[in-house]
Amino acid sequence: MKVTIYGIGCPRCEKTAEVVKQALAEANIPCELEKVTDYAEIAKAGIMATPSVALDGKVVSSGKLPTVEEIKGWL
Amino acid sequence: MSRRSPLWLALALLAWTLIYFQLESFADWFSYSLLQLETGSHLGEAVKFFVYDTPKVFMLLALIVYFMGVLHTFFTPERTRALVAGKRTIVGNIMAASLGVVTPFCSCSAVPLFIGFLSAGVPLGVTFSFLVSAPMVNEIALALLFGLFGWKIALAYLILGLTVAIVAGFIIGLLKLESWVEPWVYQISAATAQDADAMNWPKRLDAGWQYVKEIVGKVWPYLVAGIAVGAAIHGYVPENFMASIMGKQAWWSVPLAVLIGIPMYSNAAGMIPVVQALLAKGAALGTVLAFMMSVIGLSLPEMIILRKVLSLRLIAVFVGIVAFGILLVGYVFNALF
Repeated sequence: MKVTIYGIGCPRCEKTAEVVKQALAEANIPCELEKVTDYAEIAKAGIMATPSVALDGKVVSSGKLPTVEEIKGWL
Repeated sequence: MSRRSPLWLALALLAWTLIYFQLESFADWFSYSLLQLETGSHLGEAVKFFVYDTPKVFMLLALIVYFMGVLHTFFTPERTRALVAGKRTIVGNIMAASLGVVTPFCSCSAVPLFIGFLSAGVPLGVTFSFLVSAPMVNEIALALLFGLFGWKIALAYLILGLTVAIVAGFIIGLLKLESWVEPWVYQISAATAQDADAMNWPKRLDAGWQYVKEIVGKVWPYLVAGIAVGAAIHGYVPENFMASIMGKQAWWSVPLAVLIGIPMYSNAAGMIPVVQALLAKGAALGTVLAFMMSVIGLSLPEMIILRKVLSLRLIAVFVGIVAFGILLVGYVFNALF
């Protein structure tokens, strides 16, 4: 599964990446983690609030720090 | 029982109310009976202020942030954009400024949000109304002002803050500064946003708790520091000391407060205890509010982030117009209250 995290490197974005990694490890799902930090790329994806998380290209969370349980629910 | 259930919420609200109204007697008992400090002494006043204000401000903050967290689930940036897209100026400016108050916003999202608005055809001036009001008319500041100083001051802050945002955006729209936006911004064709997770009430209530954890976890050091400064001023600075430097007679104090506030950045919640203490010592309300709005509404970190999409000239115009608006608010407040 391809996980994309959109964020410009603010503390919340870093935390989001950690939470996502933890959730994927707990769920035992192999994944490819991609971080998008470029403003233009973030905007092109139609994202207006960071941090945002996309799974296989589908945005599941926008503008907030998701919890491990939430992420597992989206997998 | 789950945090998502309404019953849990009702019990939490009941406990909140019971504790909240005991805080002052507890602070009295703690300072004057337990620590045996002298009533009216500098140290006694400072300690009592700190012991009373810390739990009070935290409890108000938690309550307000909870309801804001729930409210935020109704206003996503995507929905706000859809609401203001295609609106005429003035109407668009008013809507954008008002939605700026209730839409979740963090200054690190300012750039994607700015591009998202422009690429959906929202006029530059309307976008600026949102960008001014979102940080400046801060829901946390609004609610704490309401809790600590009463509804009149809170309402005045809301109305004047919205007015600055509406007028500043309107003027920027009139000036037709589109060419001062970095050119690459207009070349992006942003995808229209997808609806994220479907919402329901248990999720909304849960979002409230998440928001409390996040905000209180983030702002508590500012808040404690702010209350400590407030307590020191409260106990040691003589009555009316501030009247000479920040009082109504000192007309020059308003521009000075705005200028000092622009490069400074603090969380809105951390400003309130300082505001409270300055007011208690005779500083004029307009001057103090101008200082607060300048600190939280115009900040160097946000300017640096916005430099990616705006030319320096446009940032200068933006800061100039907003600072001038805050200045007027300061004078209007000093004249009214």
